[in-house]
Amino acid sequence: MSSTDDAGKFGDYGGQYVPEVLMPAVEELEDAYERYVLDNEDGFMDDFRARLRDFGGRPTPLGRADNLSARYGVDVYLKREDLLHGGAHKLNNALGQVLLAKYMGKERIIAETGAGQHGTATAMAAAYLDMPCEIYMGRTDINRQRPNVFRMRTHGAEVNPVDVGSGTLKEATNEAMRDWATTVEDTHYVIGSVVGPHPFPTMVRDFQSVISEEARRQSEEQLGRLPEAVIACAGGGSNTMGAFHEFIGDDDVALYAVEAGGSGLGVEEGEEYAPNSASLGTGSVGVLHGAKTKLLQTGEGQIVESHSVSAGLDYAGVGPELANLVDEGRVTPVNVDDDAALAAFHRLSREEGIIPALESSHAVAYLEEYDGDGPVIVNVSGRGDKDLDTVIEESTERDLPEAPDMEVFRS
Amino acid sequence: MSADDVTAAFDAEPALVPYVVAGDPSPEATEAYVEALVEGGADVIELGLPFSEPIADGPTIQEAIRRALDAGMTPAKYLDLVRDLDVDVPIVCMTYYNLLLQYGDGNEVESFVRDAAEAGVSGLIIPDLPVEESGELEAACEKHDVALVFIVAPTTTAERVERILERASGFVYVQARMGTTGARTDVSEDTYASLERLPASELPYAVGFGVSEREHARAIVEGGADGVVAGSVFVDRIAEAERVADAADALREKAAELKAGIRDADRNGTAKPETTK
Ligand SMILES: Cc1ncc(COP(=O)(O)O)c(C=O)c1O
Repeated sequence: MSSTDDAGKFGDYGGQYVPEVLMPAVEELEDAYERYVLDNEDGFMDDFRARLRDFGGRPTPLGRADNLSARYGVDVYLKREDLLHGGAHKLNNALGQVLLAKYMGKERIIAETGAGQHGTATAMAAAYLDMPCEIYMGRTDINRQRPNVFRMRTHGAEVNPVDVGSGTLKEATNEAMRDWATTVEDTHYVIGSVVGPHPFPTMVRDFQSVISEEARRQSEEQLGRLPEAVIACAGGGSNTMGAFHEFIGDDDVALYAVEAGGSGLGVEEGEEYAPNSASLGTGSVGVLHGAKTKLLQTGEGQIVESHSVSAGLDYAGVGPELANLVDEGRVTPVNVDDDAALAAFHRLSREEGIIPALESSHAVAYLEEYDGDGPVIVNVSGRGDKDLDTVIEESTERDLPEAPDMEVFRS
Repeated sequence: MSADDVTAAFDAEPALVPYVVAGDPSPEATEAYVEALVEGGADVIELGLPFSEPIADGPTIQEAIRRALDAGMTPAKYLDLVRDLDVDVPIVCMTYYNLLLQYGDGNEVESFVRDAAEAGVSGLIIPDLPVEESGELEAACEKHDVALVFIVAPTTTAERVERILERASGFVYVQARMGTTGARTDVSEDTYASLERLPASELPYAVGFGVSEREHARAIVEGGADGVVAGSVFVDRIAEAERVADAADALREKAAELKAGIRDADRNGTAKPETTK
């Protein structure tokens, strides 16, 4: 279990690139992960599963989207993580980690958040398990995800605004790591995706794998077969890895990671800006936030500001395991731009009566390009109530035909 | 200069190791600042190569890094700057691992080490590279005779200290307190505890994180340190000054003050426990 072995590597990706001050905590977490999660010591995993059911509302349904199926001529099934308590898959991980922190005897929880969904899930889990909790969130994200800020505060969490840089997830993560470097002895840092130093990518994947465990079983029970493809959006990649994990050995099941194409691909050199968050498809290898992975960066290695209409996908890195699965050809990275994601948001809302998160809308949007025979499973990683303000504003700006006309309500 | 010169800089008396960020606010200014620090008594210069995500640094140095990046500092310009420096103390480059990985073609770090050595860099400190991940860089440093300095933190276990000492060269950077870099108004109790538990080593121990005053320097040396690292206190003066010449004066003065603190120290220790070596 020592961190000198290759446990935390996925090909050349992963590892533990963190300041020395954090290494003992990372080793302690590695040890706790192996004992509680892998070996179910003290019945940890049973406790976790029971709480996911009783507090989280698992299992979530796999439901056929009849109207989309008719539209595409392919059976489309939706894995409804939007119905998980809190409205996103994020609770699977947050609950697992806060519970683990409790088993480890930690006394305080910190987390970073982008869209606020992970912050909200962590705040909920911390309230439920009676742990003090502080969330770091970039100023830009605070402004575009207000309802989630209120939710975190409502659960009793402190929300610490981060003003540096573009004020999004990257900066919030830097700041959470700095807090952890100061408080590591009594604090657990709940990373929100399959990123960061080992054991986080593996551990978060394990907590999220419940999505594909259920989906695989439901698929066999309801469809009598496995799907032809699983489609999930990828920011850091936690809902992605969660939705893919149990299918990785099923060679006939294609796996599509849908990244945010934003308003254009590539990095604008000299601008230190990428108008997208497509690190899997267009990034290059580097080290960020504790792991070697694919990043959006300049030729010199400065990490660039990313962009997506969806705050939860707006991140310059991606999970190392996912990066490796792409290199191995097991996962196909694709991307969908802001406009297509917005259109898909409206389409699912109008045709299926489900308002998806803007993140999940990227996965839904990929159906427009998908040309298999089906059946396919689309992971609806979260619900879109938090995004309504953004969507109304962005749809009006673009004059989207799919969007409802809000003009009559103008005062 | 070579890796051994870094260690040798601690020989005569405990060393003063100031840190500034290259290119904050311009390469020309940095040259003037380094010269001023050496005039003030610096024995080794730690010169930051700015990276956009400095997770080990506090607000003061984060802002300096931002200023340097905004002013156009790059790894290539950094090496030009080191080449142009006209000082006779070793230069140790402090940066983050990603910049090394991107410097050459194809994600290898040797190109950077080779060019850095050629430009006159004698050592490297990479705060996001723990010993577990350092194999490739160590080999490159050995090949090009560049010291690889590692950090020992208050949380570092005895077992890890052993592992770090086996692989470090130049000196060992003892992080005096938890958290990130930044000037403080006191010397942490952690500092003494950290120094006391370190085993005797061939390599000098330099203590940093929070040092800003003459008294701190004295107390740290009396606590057993072989050197004192100070960064934010200098960076603050660079940020405050209106003109480069003013900042250079302030840096020279501050370096002299810290050096005086080092010399104030009663190394045979009455105030604080015996030295570690
Ligand atoms: C609903 C939803 N889906 C997806 C994501 C992206 O994260 P990940 O790629 O880790 O699943 C987020 C992040 O906030 C989210 O809120």
